[in-house]
Amino acid sequence: MQSWKEQKHRSLMRRIRKHRLHLCMILPVMVWLIIFRYGPLYGITLAFKEFRLLGGISGSPWVGLDNFNRLFSSFDFSSVFRNTLIISALNFVFGFPAPIFLALMLNELRAPRFKRVIQSVSYLPHFISWVILTGIFMELLSPTRGPVNSMIRFFGGSPIYFLGNPRYFRGTLVVTNIWKSIGWSSIIYLAALGGVNEELYDAARVDGCGRWKRIWHVTLPGILPTVTIMLILAVGNLVDDNFDQIFNLLNPAVYSVGDVLGTYIYRQGITNMDYSYSTAADLFRNVISLILVISANAISRRVNEYGLW
Amino acid sequence: MQNTKKRNRVYESRGEPVFQGILIAIFILLGVTFLYPYWHVAVTSLTSPDYASAAGFKLWPREFSTDAYVHMFHASYLWKGYANTLKVVLLGWSCSLLGVVLSSYPLSKKDLPFRNLFTAMIVTTMFISGGMIPTYLLVNNTLHLRNSYFAIILPACVSSSHVIIARNYFMTLPNELEEAATIDGANSVQVLMRVILPLSAPILATISLWVIVSNWNAYFNCLLYITDPNKYVLQVVLRRIILTDSKEMTSVAETIANQTDTDIVTLRAASIMLATIPIICVYPFLQKYFVKGVLIGSLKG
Repeated sequence: MQSWKEQKHRSLMRRIRKHRLHLCMILPVMVWLIIFRYGPLYGITLAFKEFRLLGGISGSPWVGLDNFNRLFSSFDFSSVFRNTLIISALNFVFGFPAPIFLALMLNELRAPRFKRVIQSVSYLPHFISWVILTGIFMELLSPTRGPVNSMIRFFGGSPIYFLGNPRYFRGTLVVTNIWKSIGWSSIIYLAALGGVNEELYDAARVDGCGRWKRIWHVTLPGILPTVTIMLILAVGNLVDDNFDQIFNLLNPAVYSVGDVLGTYIYRQGITNMDYSYSTAADLFRNVISLILVISANAISRRVNEYGLW
Repeated sequence: MQNTKKRNRVYESRGEPVFQGILIAIFILLGVTFLYPYWHVAVTSLTSPDYASAAGFKLWPREFSTDAYVHMFHASYLWKGYANTLKVVLLGWSCSLLGVVLSSYPLSKKDLPFRNLFTAMIVTTMFISGGMIPTYLLVNNTLHLRNSYFAIILPACVSSSHVIIARNYFMTLPNELEEAATIDGANSVQVLMRVILPLSAPILATISLWVIVSNWNAYFNCLLYITDPNKYVLQVVLRRIILTDSKEMTSVAETIANQTDTDIVTLRAASIMLATIPIICVYPFLQKYFVKGVLIGSLKG
């Protein structure tokens, strides 16, 4: 008589033998995963240590919460954290609904070829890196030769240094970010709009609904699941500032309003080589980000009965 | 098609043409805001320095000049950047595709041993990461990859979401084909090469496009790990040209501008154009595949 456990063991061995080539295929990727994805997780211990170059991470002495004490008492960090929250909130409030509006407007458009052209044109910025876009925006927003400022001058205003004036920098970040991402983000909503049942529109028309009522009662409920999923993802990204964008557009003149967690961690860690301190800052950010994703998902599951997992 | 058109007409309100007119006007305006920035830079790059530094909208190069491009064609660092980027794109593309196929195909087998463990390990990394500094120390201090292109490619080589998307695609392929090939004596590797991959062209093409675009635009890892200027990729070369007023950059373009009378504004514009033109040229042909890819990717949600 074989015990149940033995049987299970046998079947596992049989499965391993059957899939030995498959296991050989996946093995290198798993090794890569452990080195490059799980390896850095060990490096997080650095947040509780004081880094010594000679000893490396494992040879550095433990210092408890010293790095976090330094972090939370630092004036720089509180200002950086506030900037991150404000910029993310602005991006969320204005950037999240923007592609939905674009998709709704495109959906109402009755000229299919024109619609396709507009869509193609609006996707293009997605493929251009922030390095190049920085060059383009520096030209467009330049206070001396930029066309935006000549328009302001034309209407009697005085030129604005959008990328160098702390009063305008955050607004510039939000607008340029929307410009880059609105088209591409609208794809997913357009697909959802295409999936709304055509008969519901007919029914609404028969019931005498005008355009706005149709949008409100049929279209919006139809894309609500998609909006919810995108909302969860957006909430999870709230503290993951747009690093690529801000890293390239940021300059010392606007550190007071534009320096965010990502750029701060980069400067403290890579430029100043204060590894332990910036790892602590990074850990702080990652923990908040994780908490945000999990809670957004939990709330969505409770309210809408669906979530990411 | 005919049918829907008719239906729309029946229900159309009298205000519809006006509404459509307003929409079209709004979209023309939007289209201009999307396209004008590139046009502005293109025109700037093709004018004389005097006109380039004049204020306002530039609809047409008033004083046509190709000086900036002539200079840029002699700028070896730009072409070196191009060559390095091509190397990174090619190497990164082969590594990523190999990694995605080698992991997603076995995972598509329902009775693969440790399947749940592998999947959990891959999905977990979508939500938890070590962060910038631990990764930097790993690549730079532990693995000693400084000044190697593998430092650019390896840290982001296999994307978890690509693996899941490819796995889901492989799972939709009919089992019978594989069984037939197995009965004919093919082993797993042969099945993958001769049966599965030829059927997976759409998903492989989509993932390839994503990987190629992200490698073409990547600059940050190069900034972190490459200190030898001869190995800079195009985006890093551009960053140095564009951010010439930033202190940390020793400006490349400035030295050129000093040697000649070409203005830095036109040089900057020309280098932006030279880096953007390849994208704009292939974009119209590949656009629909990208859009398809987004939709494939969203299905898992």
